[in-house]
Amino acid sequence: MGRYIAKRAVLLLVIIFFVSVASFFLVHLLPGNPAVTILGPNDTPQNAAILNHQLGLDKPLFQQYFIWIGHVLRGNLGQSYTTHQTTASILGQSFPIDLELIVISQLIAFAVAFPMAITASRRPNRLFDQVSNSSTFAMLALPPFVIAPVLVLLFAVHWHVFPGPASYVPLSQGLWTNLHAMILPSIVVAMGSVVVYFRLLRNDLIATLQEDFITMARSKGLTDRRIMWRHALRPSSVSLLASVGITVGGLIAGLFVVESLLQLPGLGYQLIAAINQDDYTVVQGITLVVAVSVVLINFVFDFLFTIVDPRIARD
Amino acid sequence: MTDEPDHDPTTKRLGFFFWLCVGFIALVVLLALIANLLPLPDPTFQNYSAPQNAGPGWGHLLGTDDLNRDIFSRLIFGSRVSLVVGFGSALIGMLIGGVPAMISAYRRGRTDTFLNTTSYVLLAFPALIGVIAIGEFWGHQLWKITLVIGIFSAPLIFRVVRASTLSYATRDFVMAAKALGASDRRILAREILPNILPTVVSFGLIVVATLIVLEGTLAFLGLSVPPPTPSWGNMLNEGSSLLAGGKGQTNPWLVIFPAGAMFLLLFSLNVVADRLRSYFDVTEVKL
Repeated sequence: MGRYIAKRAVLLLVIIFFVSVASFFLVHLLPGNPAVTILGPNDTPQNAAILNHQLGLDKPLFQQYFIWIGHVLRGNLGQSYTTHQTTASILGQSFPIDLELIVISQLIAFAVAFPMAITASRRPNRLFDQVSNSSTFAMLALPPFVIAPVLVLLFAVHWHVFPGPASYVPLSQGLWTNLHAMILPSIVVAMGSVVVYFRLLRNDLIATLQEDFITMARSKGLTDRRIMWRHALRPSSVSLLASVGITVGGLIAGLFVVESLLQLPGLGYQLIAAINQDDYTVVQGITLVVAVSVVLINFVFDFLFTIVDPRIARD
Repeated sequence: MTDEPDHDPTTKRLGFFFWLCVGFIALVVLLALIANLLPLPDPTFQNYSAPQNAGPGWGHLLGTDDLNRDIFSRLIFGSRVSLVVGFGSALIGMLIGGVPAMISAYRRGRTDTFLNTTSYVLLAFPALIGVIAIGEFWGHQLWKITLVIGIFSAPLIFRVVRASTLSYATRDFVMAAKALGASDRRILAREILPNILPTVVSFGLIVVATLIVLEGTLAFLGLSVPPPTPSWGNMLNEGSSLLAGGKGQTNPWLVIFPAGAMFLLLFSLNVVADRLRSYFDVTEVKL
């Protein structure tokens, strides 16, 4: 087990190194010259040369990388060329929004998928199971950029159940107003996860419920409810837990879509704004933080997975 | 055995619904191919004699958008972007991910270990962010978007093709072919490829659907093929920006039609892939 985790940790470091190099170089492939953007009407070759020197953009790329990574490791992600805010403070403002969306959406996903899977697996291939199977299958064909505008059209524009775009209020300025604006985007983000969680849990529960120890429990006269909660659910949750890490990485598309549609100032919204303004350092910082978070989340869940099911580490 | 049921339990059928979905995909492809021959107005033509944001009707079958353009025509021409990116990128991914995967899994050794680790590392990088960044640098022409998305799909395809090749590479019939002196190329093409093909094709259709979603997401964020070229993603983007209310007008049809078209296409691809997978899955046959 120790060796397995050590091996994974080395791989993690390799991946993070690669991610940092990729974020650095991808951004240097972006069009436009930040010096030109900053100088605006004062853009003369002399001014541009001076500014490029001040920003360190005239040094060789690999040297720029090591300077940059040195700053990053000390928590300095540079500052925006256009608004002069530090990248760290932009991240500090927008990350809580993504975190809140992720947490609420996953709570919704579990709240829907668990009861659905438990009810469906009790009587496989009967009406409820078939209906939930087909509806989750249909949801696979409803990615965030398709379902989000439809839900906004119905619930915000038509029925006014939820507030429309640009109605985000920070958590500190009112819990209810904040939550009210976050429910619709969270539902959009949750939909993909519901499908994954339901299908994994349903299949595993059906398999578990056919095992000998469940027959044993039945023959002892335990109630269905007790068998489900005390005996079947835990061994059936292993692949669900393993999938949470991967699912969280897959939420990025949903987050970006709802943030851009509803003008929520989260990481995706800031990233696209920064790209449109050729704001190198902000793009770099956000790319790095998002990519490294995804990698770390995957690693942590991988690790949890080996604790729940030690058989994994023996391969 | 007289009481044997008269149908053979091992024969599986693809079913009517499967063919309905195949038919829908074929229809979308056909309309995209012959779009120029159809009696449609130019999808980028701003017809000022037509009403703005009109609902479905006789003059304009599915109505018009905020720039007086015909939505039906934009929908038909817009399918080209999704289809080219979906199938084109998947094909590129198969070439640069699938072919090396077969060779690597068959030969094993250090190259295999290296490529395997590399695919892990590449998969860890969120594709959406990578495609956004490269698209920003390189441009948003259709062929560039297709190529970049194809490259990002390669590690995933590599993993699946490698896994299914591995499950055949040490089988007896491969050993027999080797003992008979068949070349590696022949074994890969004649012995292994036909066996992994069903898995690869049904997985390939899932990949096509995934890549169409990736392009649609980019287009929705305004980071794919630029306007006025129609695509389902940028139509949804236009419909959504009207929802935001900034222009003081709304057009629900500009959301409903592209969303519906996208749903039907993705749904059909998923159904076809799912049915093919269970059709070819021998373990599911009740012997």
